[in-house]
Amino acid sequence: MLIELKNVSHIYADDFQGTEALKNINLKIRDHEFIGLVGHTGSGKSTLVQLLNGLIKPSSGSVIIDGVNITEEKTGLLGIRRKIGLVFQYPEHQLFEETVFGDVAFGPRNLGLSEEEVEVRVRESLELVGLDYEEFKDRSPFNLSGGQQRKVAIAGVLAMKPEVLILDEPSAGLDPQGRQQLISLLEYLYNKKGMTIILVSHRMEEIAHLANRVIVMSEGEIIFDDNPAKVFSEVERIRELGLDLPEITEILWRLNRKGLKVRTDIFSLAEAVEEISRELRGSEIC
Amino acid sequence: MLRNITIGQYMARDSIIHNLDPRIKIVITIMMITALFFIDTFSGYGLFFLSVLVIIYLSRIPLIRIIRGLKPVLFLVLLTLILHIFFTRGGEVIWQWGFISIEAEGLYTGLFMVTRIILLIMFTSLLTLTTSPLELTNGIEYLLSPLKRVGVPASELAMMMTIALRFIPTLLEEADKIMKAQMARGADFESGNLVKRARNLIPLLVPLFISAFRRADDLALAMESRCYHGGEGRTRLHELKVRAGDFIALALALLLCVAFIYF
Repeated sequence: MLIELKNVSHIYADDFQGTEALKNINLKIRDHEFIGLVGHTGSGKSTLVQLLNGLIKPSSGSVIIDGVNITEEKTGLLGIRRKIGLVFQYPEHQLFEETVFGDVAFGPRNLGLSEEEVEVRVRESLELVGLDYEEFKDRSPFNLSGGQQRKVAIAGVLAMKPEVLILDEPSAGLDPQGRQQLISLLEYLYNKKGMTIILVSHRMEEIAHLANRVIVMSEGEIIFDDNPAKVFSEVERIRELGLDLPEITEILWRLNRKGLKVRTDIFSLAEAVEEISRELRGSEIC
Repeated sequence: MLRNITIGQYMARDSIIHNLDPRIKIVITIMMITALFFIDTFSGYGLFFLSVLVIIYLSRIPLIRIIRGLKPVLFLVLLTLILHIFFTRGGEVIWQWGFISIEAEGLYTGLFMVTRIILLIMFTSLLTLTTSPLELTNGIEYLLSPLKRVGVPASELAMMMTIALRFIPTLLEEADKIMKAQMARGADFESGNLVKRARNLIPLLVPLFISAFRRADDLALAMESRCYHGGEGRTRLHELKVRAGDFIALALALLLCVAFIYF
């Protein structure tokens, strides 16, 4: 599935000034990409993400999904929302049903699926996020821990079997273990299920580790759109935009500035260790 | 989609009416409304209307806003007029058709009541248009404070009002977010009949209530950790001060009230 944004601008008209949240965005998202979307607060990430499944309409320009211009079509939105799943920030805040089953089933039911199919999907997506179906299906979502609630909420989106999954800060407020589980889930969905994933995050480690394409936004514009190695080599610009670097990049970059000629386009810990020790062995410092 | 709901109808302007002390404005409003009920001639109403026009002019509020504010009571106004015209008896018969008749007394009383309602709404909406909700709350708290002695929790009531007002935009924003999240899961808030629509609101209302309660808990904790213990001895950032202009306004209002009744 191809998502294409053509000259998309969005202005929030209800503000008195009419803030321009997006300025003339052109973007193509292809099948099976893992995109990391970064930018400081108010850079237009959330607006962009909501445009992608028709929750808001662009003020100008067009959003084309699978050849369908969703800015024109009025009736096709349910279809779009089935194809493109959106996990909002703090998704556990939208839980409302009496049972975990009911909440996860909300999306599939809205799609008009049969009860048998709904049950299959609920089971599948709960297991995907690592919750035991039999144990959790009849429990109230409000008696779960925060981390479990988030899993239920994410399962609720997965149960719609989207081809593209967009997640807005899915790891915010999770403990390290929960974060690790989330990362594994995303890896699984990308590698094994072949989903296209768009991850909005402030945690550059996550982005560098997972994404194969990084889009950096600022003031409603796309500043960088490239692979992680290229984007995170723009150290000064990234800092100027008020963003962090992945910790590993940060260390390698500082070492580099101190005169140790290490590569800075490495994002895994093991490789970084190897690179640093290799350089140390060959240099005069030791 | 929920964002264009305006709260209250306050219009921020820099005018002498806006700058009056809210307590004085409340007192004047009560005085004027009371006087309005004592007026028994149309010339009295004429004078009242004239003074309302002068205040509107001074407040720099467009006249159209005040007139638009009358729309919600249009039904009440028409009903009053019709009831009086057809059912109040007395005076000469102006028009008759079978057993239905319009008599002079009915027409007169009908018009009289309608004028009263319209002027009442105009004047009270002037108060809410020129006084921000927060100022109003402060004013009410102050005016109620003598009643503290007989056990009316004036400061607490004011605090409740302030908090409620403060959280209206927050909750609207929250509602907007939850609505979008549920729409992303295929929820439909815009079609179906009334019963279906009401049921479709459950996925919005349940999370909204839960978040409101959570916020309430958080706020209570935050207030207590900053030593809030009720209104006793609490000072404020913006003390209300009565200035010379306020006294002049009050005096003018008193004069007007007397004039209305004797006109």
